[in-house]
Amino acid sequence: MVNHDATNGAALKCEEVWRQISNYIDGDVDATLRSGMEEHFRACARCASVLAGARNVVQLYGDELMLEVPAGFSQRLERRLEDKFEREMQEAKKSPVWISEAAGSRWSSWAAWMMPVAAVVLFTAALALVDTLTFHSPAKSILAEPGHNIPPDMLVVISDGSKVFHVAGCPYIHDKATERTITAKQAIHDGYVPCSRCMRQYLKTSFVGRHDSEDANADAGEEAEEALDWAGR
Amino acid sequence: MSDPGIVLNNPEQAPAGACERDLISSVQNGQRELFYELVKPYERRVYAAALAILRNEHDAEDAAQEAMLKAFANIRQFRAEARFSTWLIQITVNESLMRRRRERTVVMEPIDDRREGEDSDYAPRDFADWREIPSEALERKEVRQRLSNALGTLDPKYREVFMLRDMQHLNIQETAEVLGISTASVKTRLLRARLMLRDLLAAGWEQGWFSRLPFEKGNKPW
Repeated sequence: MVNHDATNGAALKCEEVWRQISNYIDGDVDATLRSGMEEHFRACARCASVLAGARNVVQLYGDELMLEVPAGFSQRLERRLEDKFEREMQEAKKSPVWISEAAGSRWSSWAAWMMPVAAVVLFTAALALVDTLTFHSPAKSILAEPGHNIPPDMLVVISDGSKVFHVAGCPYIHDKATERTITAKQAIHDGYVPCSRCMRQYLKTSFVGRHDSEDANADAGEEAEEALDWAGR
Repeated sequence: MSDPGIVLNNPEQAPAGACERDLISSVQNGQRELFYELVKPYERRVYAAALAILRNEHDAEDAAQEAMLKAFANIRQFRAEARFSTWLIQITVNESLMRRRRERTVVMEPIDDRREGEDSDYAPRDFADWREIPSEALERKEVRQRLSNALGTLDPKYREVFMLRDMQHLNIQETAEVLGISTASVKTRLLRARLMLRDLLAAGWEQGWFSRLPFEKGNKPW
């Protein structure tokens, strides 16, 4: 019988050997300690038994046979992966290829940033285009608004340096030396808006109730075209 | 330092090397249908990792497959400097630990004396009739089941380290990184796990676990 509390012909105690036995199995002890442990195992049957048992554990559990999967595991995994792959493909078809996951993370990351930028650019461009097509000149006061029910054949006065048309004699005519008389229909067509003083009766503010819920700065282009439509009747 | 003599039956190492790297590269570049071919050699290891943590076959299969799907979805994040198998096991361990926390899985009471700290001394139990179990015995399902049950009785912190180090064959550093613990803790827990399993297997003789199996008698010092 071995005295487990004493050294066994070597410098190491059993407790020290037990603490190092796992490192010993892994080859993770230095040469001196290894030599001491080997000497101890030769003298101590109990520690030798512990070593053999621990090695047996490592041997058994490390065997590939211990890695079992339930019956049908592979098939179920393959099917789930196929489903996932098919879903990805379908999503890729629905969305532009360059933002689909299958198209590459760097590209889709770039595209994700560019999407809103492109949307803003397109929206701005569309607004600019509408503005350009609608008005022949941007020289217009922010207070300007189209008139309503202006008789198309009504003669109005325009002048250089202003895009406002007036009733003849209006004191607010700009540069009177360049006054010209045209029909209201022509003035509106040319992008002129009625004077807020002399043509007040035809302005939207005179029709409270019709557009009172609308923003006073509503799209002037649409209003002008609308005005042109009825003005041409 | 040389190997003191133990011979490990390492599980599959394939598809290692250039073949695996090519497969990974192909999948990362859009040939997603090749992913199953890439992970198929590891499916048993992935399942074993999940089972060691969750201790329930149904949960383990679901977690293992979910981990594979996450790996599939994040394959572009894999970097060549890492081992694919370790990366896959890392995802599986994370998935399984998350599920265990979420579902508050009740684990079996460990045989470990919880009053003792990790670094306290451990005295192996004496057994009068210890015998070595040969690897050939693993062909028998009942033996595998006994071993699996014994592993299941360990405290999770020991079981997880043992599973990664001795069943998945991760090295100490990799095991520490996967579990987010120090290498010193890995070594301590591994020692405890190995010795506790040794005690359980040896006790199995006394309880008649392996009595019908014709095993060679091992060291019998007492």
